[in-house]
Amino acid sequence: MSLEARFQEFKAAAYAPKKLLNEYKAAGKKVIGVLPYYAPEELVYAAGMVPMGIWGSNNKTIARAKEYCATFYCTIAQLALEMMLDGTMDQLDGVITPTICDTLRPMSQNFRVSMAKLQKMPTIFLAHPQYRRPAFGLQFTVDQYTNVRNELDKIAGHKMTDEDIRAAIKVYNKFRQARREFVKLAGEHPEAVSAVNRSAVLKAGYFMEKPAYTEKLNELNAELAALPASNWNGVKIVTSGIICDNPVLLKIFDDNNVAIATDDVAHESRTIRVDADEEGDPMMALAKQFANEDYDVLLYDEASNQNRRGEFVANLVKESGAKGLVLFMQQFCDPEEMEYPYLKKALDGAGIPHIKLGIDQQMRDFGQAATAIQAFADVLSM
Amino acid sequence: MAKEVSPGVKALRKVVEDVYADARKAKAEGKLVGWSSSKFPCELAEAFDLNVMYPENQAAGIAANRDGEIMCQAAEDLGFDNDICGYARISLAYAAGKRAARKIDWDKEDGYVINPRTGKPLKDADGNIVMGPDGKPVKDPKTQTPYIVLEDIYEIEALPEGREKERRRESIQPYRQMRMPQPDFVLCCNNICNCMTKWYENIARMCNIPLIMIDVPYNNTMDPNPENVKYIRAQFDNAIKQLEELTGKKFDEAKFEHACKQANRTAQNWLKVCNYLQYKPAPLSGFDLFNHMADVVTARGKKEAADAFDLLAVDLEKNIKEGTSTLPFPEQYRVMFEGIPCWPKLPNLFKPLKANGINVTAVVYAPAFGFVYNNMDEMVSAYCKAPNSVSIEKGVEWREGICRENKVDGVLVHYNRSCKPWSGYMAEMQRRFTADLGIPCAGFDGDQADPRNFNEAQYETRVQGLVEAMQIRKEMAE
Ligand code: SF4
Ligand code: SF4
Repeated sequence: MSLEARFQEFKAAAYAPKKLLNEYKAAGKKVIGVLPYYAPEELVYAAGMVPMGIWGSNNKTIARAKEYCATFYCTIAQLALEMMLDGTMDQLDGVITPTICDTLRPMSQNFRVSMAKLQKMPTIFLAHPQYRRPAFGLQFTVDQYTNVRNELDKIAGHKMTDEDIRAAIKVYNKFRQARREFVKLAGEHPEAVSAVNRSAVLKAGYFMEKPAYTEKLNELNAELAALPASNWNGVKIVTSGIICDNPVLLKIFDDNNVAIATDDVAHESRTIRVDADEEGDPMMALAKQFANEDYDVLLYDEASNQNRRGEFVANLVKESGAKGLVLFMQQFCDPEEMEYPYLKKALDGAGIPHIKLGIDQQMRDFGQAATAIQAFADVLSM
Repeated sequence: MAKEVSPGVKALRKVVEDVYADARKAKAEGKLVGWSSSKFPCELAEAFDLNVMYPENQAAGIAANRDGEIMCQAAEDLGFDNDICGYARISLAYAAGKRAARKIDWDKEDGYVINPRTGKPLKDADGNIVMGPDGKPVKDPKTQTPYIVLEDIYEIEALPEGREKERRRESIQPYRQMRMPQPDFVLCCNNICNCMTKWYENIARMCNIPLIMIDVPYNNTMDPNPENVKYIRAQFDNAIKQLEELTGKKFDEAKFEHACKQANRTAQNWLKVCNYLQYKPAPLSGFDLFNHMADVVTARGKKEAADAFDLLAVDLEKNIKEGTSTLPFPEQYRVMFEGIPCWPKLPNLFKPLKANGINVTAVVYAPAFGFVYNNMDEMVSAYCKAPNSVSIEKGVEWREGICRENKVDGVLVHYNRSCKPWSGYMAEMQRRFTADLGIPCAGFDGDQADPRNFNEAQYETRVQGLVEAMQIRKEMAE
């Protein structure tokens, strides 16, 4: 199969989640929507159901969600609700609603209330602790995940076993491993993986069934690994932010010979950095996996008087061989906004140029972004 | 209207002034001063005799003193986006050393450059406004104030000793919130919002100081689950250990119990005062409570605060007997004010209420600060119940409770641009208020600290709409 044909397969999944959802349902499977961030998707898989990530949409406009939201909320959360209200996701059997930021806290209530009112589907509430690592924090995560587990059991109609969860962890570790490998290879081979294709491959992972996805991705990775060393002559950057999956926006990078060396994006690498233990108590393994997450604007840093995250991202840029960083700033996302000054400080300190692109998912005109990216590419290639 | 300040109000003001003065004194003596989020368990800090300041209260004060915009702008210049909560922006600018200051008149030995646009019109002996040669009213020089500029304490401190340094130091706005000491440690409890977590981490980084954190996860049920209580209880022990390390002192059980006792008294007395709004007509203006909140925030664990609320209750009792009220107009309608007020625009908020005879007889801050408990586990549960950490059902229960008890005719909802966790489910709440209580609701857009986000014309229209709806409802009832 040609590389292009492989990318096409991932694109088909990435751009048409609704079609996949219908297929899963037609095959008699139960499907659970998973909102950002850090939900233990392994449990959905262990329950024998299909998890589908819901991170807003690039093709929708907020209409029905206005009944619940004021305007000053990120489009990711609002459009996620929109899709739950407008029928796009009606076939879901349930949805997990984490509450790790100030938008998702009240939104968890809006999801629960609206889904109950419309008798659409049960919602599964999830609150993560900010103390992830001490024993009491780990225990709290286990307690929360146990709630999620019990609710999933109800929807599945049978009880998952610890063995099921252990098996799921193995599947997910492989899944993450393949994604990490792909991110690395895509960074090494921009001549073969465009920014648009890179994103589609990663995005498809939220919708496809994990074992099938991992298998396809491993095949793609093998082909990429076999390529001769890259003769790429454009500039490489690192992307950062919550999400940047809009193909129209990403095409601007491709058009300007700007490649993504690696990323610090929540929707991409931030969620695949850490694996879970395959032995021992699987619930504790999942709690520990969350505990080991780090360098994220959404997570409390106990060493808060240092600038660990800023420096981590600056190092990521250096080690990846990129020349600069592009920050996609979601409008109204205060966790990202709060950490921007210290990210900037670390980047400036390390002599790494960056630009901040204000975006949201209802953006259709990328003229300004194009100008900024072009100018940035010029600066970096000097 | 001659403003006579009652003994209770005087006492309440003094309590807050003393809290600030004590902290300034402590700092001058080289003692530790901390900054704390408003719903951090103050009982813990009290057990160590620590001086603690409250950035939210400070930010509200700065906003009410009209310096919100210059401080918010200063934060934006540091890279903090203008979507971030205005309190956080003001506080982060302050932590970075930025100050609102009077513009120094360097041509003179002393004094500041007066902003010609400030001040009230000058009146002659007969009380008529004096007009200038340009046909515009002449300003009374006594009421005029200087231009406000941005200062930086770290820049000032870097100057050599001398007159310039002295003058620049003095030029910093003299009110207490702009003279609050810099922190030596921070106490953060994110029960009200998660913005708090990163806000305090930023302060810890800027000032290179320890952060003591209590994480209260969001609640989806009516009451906190036992797991949540256990998780938070463990953090109390953790915080105590950190405070022991910080102060080099042992946790003083007796002091802690004393603080708990006072905090309970303050909470009960606060609730008692809030409950005077149940009287119809009320012996006070609900807006008073917004001012008195400063005491519950900054001095909850202190005997003086509890006593001062007791005194205020005496004042209010007297008002009832005499049929008077602190409300400067007859009460025709009673509403619940949902949310934090727009501090920089308090007079503008009040104006159409006054014009329509509306008293605010219910505020969500009444139950929000009524932390009453009998033991440590109950204390933990109490701290789980902050306005933005409870489920929508609990939030509705609180509000509908006070709406019923305080007999409101309508609800005025502040869609507060600063406060995402608070405003995020208000639309559904509004529908429930109307469905459950049969009362009209009106929403308006504003911001608690950044005056740029408040639209006065929209506000007035919405208040007008609410009045009309309340009028119709009244007529139908008659
Ligand atoms: S983290 Fe930011 S983008 Fe994500 S839901 Fe919260 S506010 Fe929205
Ligand atoms: S609760 Fe709202 S207003 Fe208060 S600090 Fe948090 S975001 Fe700001």
